[in-house]
Amino acid sequence: MDFGFSQEQELLRSTARKFLENECTSGFVRARMEEPAGVTDDFWAKLAEQGWLGLVYAEEFGGSGLGFVDLTVLMEEMGRVVMPGPFFSTVLLGGLAIREAGSAAQRKEWLTKIGAGQAKATLAWTEPSARWDAAGVTCTAKENKGGFVLNGTKLFVPDAHLADVIVMVARTNEGKAEDGVSLILVPKDTRGVTVKLLPTMDQTRKLCEVTFQDASLPADALMGAKGKAWPTLTRVVERATVALCAEMCGGAQRVLDMTTDYAKIRIAFGKPIGTYQGVKHRAADMLVDVENAKSLTYYAAWAVDENSPEAPLAASMAKAYVTDAYRKVAGAGIQLHGGIGFTWEHDLHLYFKRAKSSEFTFGDSTYHRERVAQLINL
Amino acid sequence: MDLSLTPDQEAFRATVRSWLKSNMPREWKPTGSSEIPRAGQYEFLRRWQRTLFDAGYIGLTWPKDYGGRGLTFMEELILQQEMALAKAPPILNVLGVGMGGPTIIAWGNEEQKKRYPAKILSCEEIWCQGYSEPNSGSDLASLQTRAVKDGEHWVINGQKVWTSFAHVADYMMLLARTDPSVPKHKGITYFLLDMKLPGVTVKPLRQITGEAEFNEVFFDNVRVHESQVLGGVNNGWAVGLTTLMYERLTLGFGLQMRLRIALDGLVELAKGMEKSGRVVTKDPVMRQKLAQLWIDTECLKYTGARAITKLLRGEMPGPEASTGKMAWVDTHQRLQEIAMEIEGPYSQLVKGSDWAVEGGVWPHSFLRSRANSIEGGTTEIQKNIIAERLLGLPKD
Repeated sequence: MDFGFSQEQELLRSTARKFLENECTSGFVRARMEEPAGVTDDFWAKLAEQGWLGLVYAEEFGGSGLGFVDLTVLMEEMGRVVMPGPFFSTVLLGGLAIREAGSAAQRKEWLTKIGAGQAKATLAWTEPSARWDAAGVTCTAKENKGGFVLNGTKLFVPDAHLADVIVMVARTNEGKAEDGVSLILVPKDTRGVTVKLLPTMDQTRKLCEVTFQDASLPADALMGAKGKAWPTLTRVVERATVALCAEMCGGAQRVLDMTTDYAKIRIAFGKPIGTYQGVKHRAADMLVDVENAKSLTYYAAWAVDENSPEAPLAASMAKAYVTDAYRKVAGAGIQLHGGIGFTWEHDLHLYFKRAKSSEFTFGDSTYHRERVAQLINL
Repeated sequence: MDLSLTPDQEAFRATVRSWLKSNMPREWKPTGSSEIPRAGQYEFLRRWQRTLFDAGYIGLTWPKDYGGRGLTFMEELILQQEMALAKAPPILNVLGVGMGGPTIIAWGNEEQKKRYPAKILSCEEIWCQGYSEPNSGSDLASLQTRAVKDGEHWVINGQKVWTSFAHVADYMMLLARTDPSVPKHKGITYFLLDMKLPGVTVKPLRQITGEAEFNEVFFDNVRVHESQVLGGVNNGWAVGLTTLMYERLTLGFGLQMRLRIALDGLVELAKGMEKSGRVVTKDPVMRQKLAQLWIDTECLKYTGARAITKLLRGEMPGPEASTGKMAWVDTHQRLQEIAMEIEGPYSQLVKGSDWAVEGGVWPHSFLRSRANSIEGGTTEIQKNIIAERLLGLPKD
C-alpha cells in the first residue's frame, strides 16, 4: 500500500502550480469572467502545449495516457486558481463521453483534435427538470430516413457556445427507463440547434441553454449502441465527478491558505486575529474539512483508475463530502476575513461562487448521500 | 498511488485471519457498539492479551529485542483491521501498548528497555497514565504533583485524577514536577512508578455510565528510586509528548475499524427497528444520516492510509495525522447519538430490562462516547494545536 502521490505526480503539481500562477492570475480570471469566451486562444494553446488537454487520452490520439490520479493533481491546481474556460467541459464531459462511447473513427477525429487544442466539446445532458436520473432525459432522437431528428431543450450545458461538438443525451425509445437513452454527436452549426448563453452567479463557469428543433443528423452521429448509453453516461459522469471533486479540493485548500495568511496579519484588539480561539477553532475545522475532502477524493480517483467495483460508491462518497466541505470552507473564509471578504475586489467570492456552482453540478450532497445509501444496501 | 497489498502482506492477512478464527475465545460475545475494556471483563481480557502475545500478534512494530516483532506499520494495520473485523476482544493493557511501551523504547536506557516493554505486551504488567490532575487538565504543564530528591530516591506527593486502569495497574507513567523554579514545561520529569509502593492510594471514581473505569490516585511520600526516571530529569514534557503522534496513528487504525464495526451494528439495528410504522432504513432523513456516517467512517480509513504512507516513506506525518482524532471523535459521538435516535423511547431502557434493545449496549456506549472529546486531549485543545502547529497561527 502506498496512498500518496508519486514523484512524477509531485512534479506535475509543481509544474502546474508555477504555470497557473503565472498564466492564470486573478486579473486573467476576472477578465475572462466579463467575456462570453471564458478563455483566450493563447491560453488554450498553452494548455495544449503542456499536454493537459490530452492528459487522460490514449497515446494513439496524441494524449499522455495518464489516469485519474494524475489528473487529480492537475485539477487541484486548476481549482486553486479558479481556472475559467472550457477545460472541464471539453476534456471531462464531451471528450470523455467520446472516449467511452465513440466509434474508432469518432475517437480518432475528436480526441486528437481536443488534445491538440483544435476542438472544444461538451455534454448536453440535463434538462429544465434538473434531474440526474434517466427519467430526466426527455429530449428525443427519432430515427428518420436512416438518420436522427433531434428535439427538446437542454439546460445547464457548460460551454456549449464554445463547443465544436456537443454530445447530446437523447431518448431513442419512449419512456423513462434507462433503456432507450442514446448519445448523439452534434457538430457545431448544425441546423436546428440554438445555443443561448445564460448569465450565471459563478461567472467563471459559462452555462447554456441548448434547443434542438428538428435538427437532422446522419446515422453515424450515434455513439455506441442505440438505446444502451445510460451505463456509459453514468461511467463518464462518475469520472467527471471525481475530477470535479479534485478541483473543489484545490479551491478549498486555497481558501484555507488565504484565510490563515490573513489571520496572521490582520490586527484586532492589538493582536493578530489568528491569536483568538474563535478564529483558531474555525480554521482548524476548515483544515479537517479540507483533509477529509482530499482523502475521499484521492480514494475515488484511485478506485476509478482501478475500475474498482467500489468506484461508483467512492465517487458519490467524495461528491457528498467535498460539496459540503467546499461550501463550508468558502463560507468560513469569508466570515474570517470580515468585510473585505464580502467585497468584489477580494478573490474570495470567486471561490465561494465556484463552490456553489460545483455543488449543483452532477448532484448535490443530499443526492449523493441517497446514492450512497442505495449502494450500501440501506 | 496504490491501496492494494503486496503478496506478502496478503499472506500475513490470511494467516492472522485464520488464527483469529481458530483462537477466538468461546465465551466472548461481541456486541454491535464499539468495544472498550469494561470492568468485570479484566481477568478474561488479561488472558486474551496473553494469548495474543504468545502468538506474536501484539506489538508488531516494536523491536524484537524488546518483545516485539520488528515489523512495519503495514502489518500492524492489517492486524488491527483483522481484529476489528473478527470482532475480537479489545486489548486490556491499551495504555501500556499504545503509549508506555513506545515511550520507554524511545527514551529508556537498555536496562529499562529490557525490563518493561515485553511485560507490557504480555499483560503481565498493566500500565496506567498519571498525567491529569484536579487542577491540570488541558493545561497539563501546570501539573503540581511534586517530586523532591532525597538521596537515591525521589519523594512524590500530590494527586492524579481520571486515571483509567489505576485500580488494576502495576505501573504508572507519571509526570511530576521536579523543578518549580523554571518555566512550567521545563521542570517536569517522567517516572516509571510501581503502583505497589507504600503511599500510593487508588480511589475509584464512578463515571457517567455508572461504572468505575477510572480513578483518583494519591501520593503520600512515595519513594521512587532514581533509576525509575525515564529520559532524564526535567525532560518529562518532551518524553511525554514524543509518542503522542505515534500513538494516535497506531491506535487510530484500530479505532477506525471498530467504528466501522459499530456502524455495521448500527445499520443492523436500524434495519430491525421501526419509526412511525416504517423501518428506520426506509426513512429518507435517517438514510441521509446513516449515509453520512458511512462516508465519514470510510474517510477515516483513507486519511489513515495517507498518514501511514508518509510514515512508511520515512516522511514527517502531515496534517492528516492530526485531523484524524478530531474527525473520529465527531463521527463516533454522532454515531452514538443516532443509535439513540433509532432506538427512540427504547434508548431509555438499559441492562436489566427485558425490553432493552440488544441488552442495553447502545445506551451504555452512547454515554461512554461523551468522554471521547475530552480524553487524550479535548477537542478544543486539539483545535488549538492544529491551528498553531499546522496552520501556523500565532500563540496567545
